[in-house]
Amino acid sequence: MSYITKPSARHPGLKTNSLGLSMRDYEGSMSTLCAGCGHDSVTAALVQTFFELELEPHMVAKLSGIGCSSKTPTYFLSEAHGFNSVHGRMPSIAAGANAANKGLTYVGISGDGDSLSIGLGQFCHVVRRNVDMVYVLENNGVYGLTKGQFSASADIGSKSKKGEVNQQGPIDPVNVALTLGATFVARSFSGDKQQLIPILKAAFAHKGFAFVDVISPCVTFNDHVGSTKSYAYTRVHSQEVIETDFVPLRREIKTKYDKGTTRAVKLHDGSTVHLSKVSEDYDPTDRRAVIEYLGGVVAKGQVPTGLLYLAEAGHDMHEFEGTVEKPLVDIPYGDLCPGSEALAELQKEWW
Amino acid sequence: MVYDSSSGVNDFAFKIATVNGTGSASANGLLLQALFRMGIPVSGKNVFPSNIQGLPTWYEIRVNKDGYTARSPDFQLMVAMNPQSYERDIAEVQSGGWILYDSTKELPADMLRDDVTFLGVPLAGMCVEKFEGSRTRILMKNITYVGALAALLRIDLDIVKGMLEEKFSAKQHLMDANFTAIKMGYEYAEEHFDCPLPIQLESMDETKDCVMVTGNAAAALGCVYAGATVGAWYPITPSTSLMDGFTEYCNRMRKDPETGKNNFCIIQAEDELAAAGMVIGAGWMGARAFTPTSGPGISLMSEFIGLAYYAEVPSVFFDVQRTGPSTGMPTRTQQGDILLCAYASHGDTKHIVLFPGNPKECFEFAVAAFDLADRFQTPTFVLSDLDIGMNDWMIPKLEWDDSYVPDRGKVLSADELEEIEQFYRYLDVDGDHIASRTLPGVHPKGAYFTRGSGHDKYGKYTEDDEAYQEVVDRIRKKVESAGDAVPAPDVFTVEGGASVGIISVGGCHWSVLEARDDMLAHGLDVDYLRVKGFPFNQTVEDFLDAHETVFVIEQNRDAQLKTLLTLETGCAKEKLVSILYYGGQPLSKGHVLEGIMPHMEGITAEVGS
Repeated sequence: MSYITKPSARHPGLKTNSLGLSMRDYEGSMSTLCAGCGHDSVTAALVQTFFELELEPHMVAKLSGIGCSSKTPTYFLSEAHGFNSVHGRMPSIAAGANAANKGLTYVGISGDGDSLSIGLGQFCHVVRRNVDMVYVLENNGVYGLTKGQFSASADIGSKSKKGEVNQQGPIDPVNVALTLGATFVARSFSGDKQQLIPILKAAFAHKGFAFVDVISPCVTFNDHVGSTKSYAYTRVHSQEVIETDFVPLRREIKTKYDKGTTRAVKLHDGSTVHLSKVSEDYDPTDRRAVIEYLGGVVAKGQVPTGLLYLAEAGHDMHEFEGTVEKPLVDIPYGDLCPGSEALAELQKEWW
Repeated sequence: MVYDSSSGVNDFAFKIATVNGTGSASANGLLLQALFRMGIPVSGKNVFPSNIQGLPTWYEIRVNKDGYTARSPDFQLMVAMNPQSYERDIAEVQSGGWILYDSTKELPADMLRDDVTFLGVPLAGMCVEKFEGSRTRILMKNITYVGALAALLRIDLDIVKGMLEEKFSAKQHLMDANFTAIKMGYEYAEEHFDCPLPIQLESMDETKDCVMVTGNAAAALGCVYAGATVGAWYPITPSTSLMDGFTEYCNRMRKDPETGKNNFCIIQAEDELAAAGMVIGAGWMGARAFTPTSGPGISLMSEFIGLAYYAEVPSVFFDVQRTGPSTGMPTRTQQGDILLCAYASHGDTKHIVLFPGNPKECFEFAVAAFDLADRFQTPTFVLSDLDIGMNDWMIPKLEWDDSYVPDRGKVLSADELEEIEQFYRYLDVDGDHIASRTLPGVHPKGAYFTRGSGHDKYGKYTEDDEAYQEVVDRIRKKVESAGDAVPAPDVFTVEGGASVGIISVGGCHWSVLEARDDMLAHGLDVDYLRVKGFPFNQTVEDFLDAHETVFVIEQNRDAQLKTLLTLETGCAKEKLVSILYYGGQPLSKGHVLEGIMPHMEGITAEVGS
């Protein structure tokens, strides 16, 4: 993808984290997306998340498919290995990479075109496989690079820039992920950093597949009146069904949470996510109830957001597969080759 | 013209016609193994339907004291166990041959032939009398014909008994039932027929340094020995047993001794596309990863193969070829994916392809494929086929050199990265057309973007004409240079060299060798080269140069190897003559001679009689 290198000069007074890295160290090349693109806000949220989580950039692997969203890994973590793969097939690259090297933090960036049409199969199976990764779907209901066709997440009745009205039912990735057994399902809005960053932090702390659908408006092709994925529409219709606060392992809890309406969930790495129930009858750990509740919200024409579902336990791909603790790429060849004696022994069975 | 490959002692072929799903596979396996243990060169070809139960299936066995074990369709004996296929089975036996059938029911009179001998054994009747339960009776009927054959062909009963003891060591009642059935068939034949038949067996000492194994099992073992840790796949005939084998051997040989956990990860993907993606993802991380598939899978994987080619990610693909196009005949063999694999994916692509000719080479080439993929940072194909992959082959014992060190190619370590000022992924610094790569997580300086979109030699996105061409030109040279690294061809020449040559590939080899020996025995000089790898190396070019006429023998309709030779060497296509067989059976000597002889004026009548 196109890119513009950022100047490396930096302000000496920039705030640094415990690794001695500033926010700038988590950035990538300059974005070449349209000015005002929701995706750039998601990138900024990711940069801040990495900075605050104090991740080593080169220990992150960032992946994407094809489309506007899939360009964005270039715009963060210039010291991380990136893989811009083929359309809709990032999940399989991520699964194979994770199978080989579980020692890295994986983040995949996709879009509604990439994940919900050509990539719907791979998306479903990466959920089922519970690959340990954060999967961000930058959802704008439209194909941007090919200039404005409806995507599979476009709502019935949503108008294109040319005035066509979408008549096919949308695929709701949150619903798909929930139905297929995802252990971490969230939705946020690119225009709401306050909500998005704690969700992303919790997603990175989660062991297994963490799905974050982000409504991320396309300013060029889908931000007009009549669109259901515009900034204005999303601001008015988004309904935060649950508030999320993320408390890392090392940090002392200062905020006071109301015991009656707040639920603390310990994540795999020891950090805690506090989920405040904005709606009283919402239980974010009851999959069936969540699916039903969200269905009701969507039926009212609203866009439910928040860390919608979180399973406290789940087996990731490696647990299913029974692989060793050490990343497979770190096993020396000597431990992989059975040697000539074993070969001779085995061949006795072939006599 | 009939090219009879057989007659008499330790030199004949026979065929067993049964119904699939009735347990005949284990009876036939027992037969093959018994002959092998008698020290006689032998081969077995399973001709099975794409079906679970109830359709006709055949098993062909050829014994040959001289070691020719290519398929022979000249059957002197038919074991006709399936009334559904009686008509064609009875018609297929050579004149003067024998038909062993189940005489519990009489054969329809219109199927009788007076030029063959019918050997009726009331197999079903005897089994109903002797055994309880319909499933057991059906299974034992198959074992009973093995007993009858033991008498008719003089199979060593002690060997058969020994094999049953090994197989059923923990299940005495099964051992007893099986041996009862063997004896029952044996005794009936001894009593009613003039045993043994003129076609018969005599123990030899020709197999003691050999093993009997399928190409898929051997390839799977090659993956284990090469150090592959990630295998991704989608089930497809005839490649499924390759991953079954890898799973089995990993479970036996690849468990962490302390924790019992897996030093491997095998993922059954949702489709071939995902399987290819997983292999590429794992290859990107530095694991040795592979996927086994067949032609339809390669079609599906082609998009990803182009990505791996252009982004230069090591990846290994096993294509166990079956009959195409489309679904084709999934349980029949062919060599129809030569061009597909050589040039898979859109845009300018070309790939390293290895062509094993038997299971031994499946093992060796599997290891070579990982080395080549790593060294040249590119997709590498092992192009086997259903005949090699799924049939049991007698091969010299596999050997392993414990001093083997994987060739991981140019991979920069953390220390090396620390030393250099700046890392550029696609920069050829030493003129060998191969750029160094780095692995994720090793060092911050190693980071780069792996992408299938246009990139320059520094690894940056580009839409610039010269920067783009510079990279793709280097990749072309890189893959072409692999011609010197792929397995060298086998070359067989007469003294002084002949003017006529043969070029062939893969499993055609054994029929070509046999046919060539026939031709040589009749004073017909012909040289032979078997291609084992692509890009072709100089030996192939030299062989083409040195012969006036070259027969190109292969198993597909469109002369794909010939096309590849025409495209990739300087050879004038006029001197290449195609000999093609593509009906789905393994090639036999007859196909070769029938193809070549009409071109060899004046000597036709003398050869092969």
